[in-house]
Amino acid sequence: MDILNALVAFTNFVVVPATAYGSQLALGALGVTLIYGVLRFSNFAHGETMSFGAMVVVLVTGLFQSWGLSLGALPTALLALPFGILATALLLLLTDRVVYKFYRKVKAVPVMFVIVSTGVMFVMNGLVRMVVGTDDRRFSDGARFVINAREFKAWSGLNEGLALKTTQVITVVVAMITVAALFWFLNKTRTGKSMRAFSDNEDLALLSGINPERVVMITWLLVAALATIAGTLYGLDKSYKPFIFQQLLLPVFAAAIVGGIGNPLGAVAGGFVIAFSEVTLTYAFKKVVTYLGPDSWAPDGLVQLLSTDYKFAVSFAILIIVLLFKPTGLFKGQSI
Amino acid sequence: MKKLLLASTAATMMAGAGFAEDVKVGIILGFTGPIESLTPDMAASAELALKEVSDSGAFLDGSTITPVRADSTCVDAAAASAAAERLITSDGVVAIMGADCSGVTGAVLSNVAVPNGVVMISPSATSPGLTTVEDNGLFFRTSPSDARQGEILAEVLEEKGISSVAVSYTNSDYGKGLADAFEAAFDGEITINTSHEDGKADYSAEIGALASAGGDVLVVLGYVDQGGKGIIQAAADTGAFDTFLMGDGMYGDSLVADLGDIVEGSMGIVPWAEGEGTDAFNALGEAAGINVSSAYTRESYDAGALIALAMAKGGEATKEAVAANVLDVANAPGEKILPGELDKALKILAEGGDIDYVGATNVELIGPGEAAGTYRYYTITDGDFETVDIR
Repeated sequence: MDILNALVAFTNFVVVPATAYGSQLALGALGVTLIYGVLRFSNFAHGETMSFGAMVVVLVTGLFQSWGLSLGALPTALLALPFGILATALLLLLTDRVVYKFYRKVKAVPVMFVIVSTGVMFVMNGLVRMVVGTDDRRFSDGARFVINAREFKAWSGLNEGLALKTTQVITVVVAMITVAALFWFLNKTRTGKSMRAFSDNEDLALLSGINPERVVMITWLLVAALATIAGTLYGLDKSYKPFIFQQLLLPVFAAAIVGGIGNPLGAVAGGFVIAFSEVTLTYAFKKVVTYLGPDSWAPDGLVQLLSTDYKFAVSFAILIIVLLFKPTGLFKGQSI
Repeated sequence: MKKLLLASTAATMMAGAGFAEDVKVGIILGFTGPIESLTPDMAASAELALKEVSDSGAFLDGSTITPVRADSTCVDAAAASAAAERLITSDGVVAIMGADCSGVTGAVLSNVAVPNGVVMISPSATSPGLTTVEDNGLFFRTSPSDARQGEILAEVLEEKGISSVAVSYTNSDYGKGLADAFEAAFDGEITINTSHEDGKADYSAEIGALASAGGDVLVVLGYVDQGGKGIIQAAADTGAFDTFLMGDGMYGDSLVADLGDIVEGSMGIVPWAEGEGTDAFNALGEAAGINVSSAYTRESYDAGALIALAMAKGGEATKEAVAANVLDVANAPGEKILPGELDKALKILAEGGDIDYVGATNVELIGPGEAAGTYRYYTITDGDFETVDIR
């Protein structure tokens, strides 16, 4: 019984939130990694792209709700997702046309692109705040829980409750579908293969007749979809707040780099590594130890490695360790 | 008859000696920043009191008071100090109503007010640290110190027979001060006393630590529109805590509107005032188009009124007069003065009488010049705040 209690407490406070958070980070890191692979620069505007996509979804969701449109137990935001992706795609293509295209033409060095993307980040940031302001917005509707903590306790007779939110399940399911679709696209379709060819060796790809502008356009479209989905899922699961996407940029980049930047599989793995490290290292294991060990082991302290204030320091530390010892990341990405 | 003659002679002499002038009083509040939604009503309330004094014609031989506003930003100590410096050196204010947030108030006090010998009366800085600050008798506040709030929070828990709690406070001067005050006052067990950052979307890691530490009630000392709400939401989602005790920053309509059933049966305290002074202020404020139910409007009115009355008591519009007379006009003995009766107070003072300013919040300055304060203890029942008692 005690082992079960410990397991449930650990699942409730570590496994479930970290899995949902990891899926959101993985989707964000995939976008970063795609841009790095094809366009060869670190896109600092990615966090704000997620924010913009999520913002459009929030607004369209509001519109649908006012029309009385809903998906029953599922959040209406899923219905609004395609519109968010469309708007974000338009924004990204416009940004590429107005800003990045010029720097590609003059063959600017990657660090120049990074600085330019920082500028784009501030513009997008301002744009989002001008449209919706800086307030916290909740847009999830439908059933809130798949498993409710109180009902679980009553049903199982355990001391510990287990809660599973609908948004957490949706996050994981949508992330799985998206990642599967992306891998299928990159590996099986002609366009996907030409993208990989372009990413591996630009000169050879150009020689074999691949149209670079088309590859760039498709990359932006994929990035728009990934960023919007990631931003929306994060907002659904937590709450939508324009400020936090800049803070999210650090774990997203850490995930991409830890997995091996430019490598999509690495981005997914990196997302989960970062999420689980953040949550596990700051979790207080007092309860789990009390349940598992004999009574005399029951600790007075919290058995917490790091205070939760240092959550973001975890991503930083992992990032630095990986860059020092394995700059190509876990899955052999490109070295930066 | 003799008395009347004497009084009128004195009045004539003073009228001959003095001359009407335009006195400037600074109002330094965070018109931009985290509490920018509260400050317009606070400033308007203080200005209402100053206008009442000017319009009465009984203030220092018909002198008038002109308020000068400045921005404290609530969080940026350097910007607030610069703004206060400007008020004193360039605008020549004789006293400052403000600042608002505890952090900037302490900075303005030590950097600007004390070196220049100018009085500050803050309507809303509640940090216990300001009680012991080196102020040369220049700092007053019309809001109570959070040391008192910590005691009341502990009292409420002890009455309910709750002996084990977890504490989550917002990471600021306010949150830390209040959490420390509560810890000092509470006799039961505090399983964990930890901070949360405002402006995050995700509090699952914080809740993990709080839940692991355990406790019967989660004490939330945060802001309702910020992390405090996120913490309660996450705690309820994971089933970590069912009952919450909330500090004054958590009182707001959005608490019940957004959290609904989650906070049902939870409790909290908030600084409160009731009685004829409060009613009088509400009527005055409403007539002037001020949202009187907004936080710290009453305290602001009282801060403004105290500055003017202290000058009237001293008989001159100088910073020295304010510093010397604030405690005198605020406390007994003397004729009790409610909001809207400032002209009566000015006449009494001009005749050399004594007043005991009651104001909108039953002003009673204790210790080093801070309000004793009364709090409303409420529970949330059927989606509404229900008063248990005022203490």
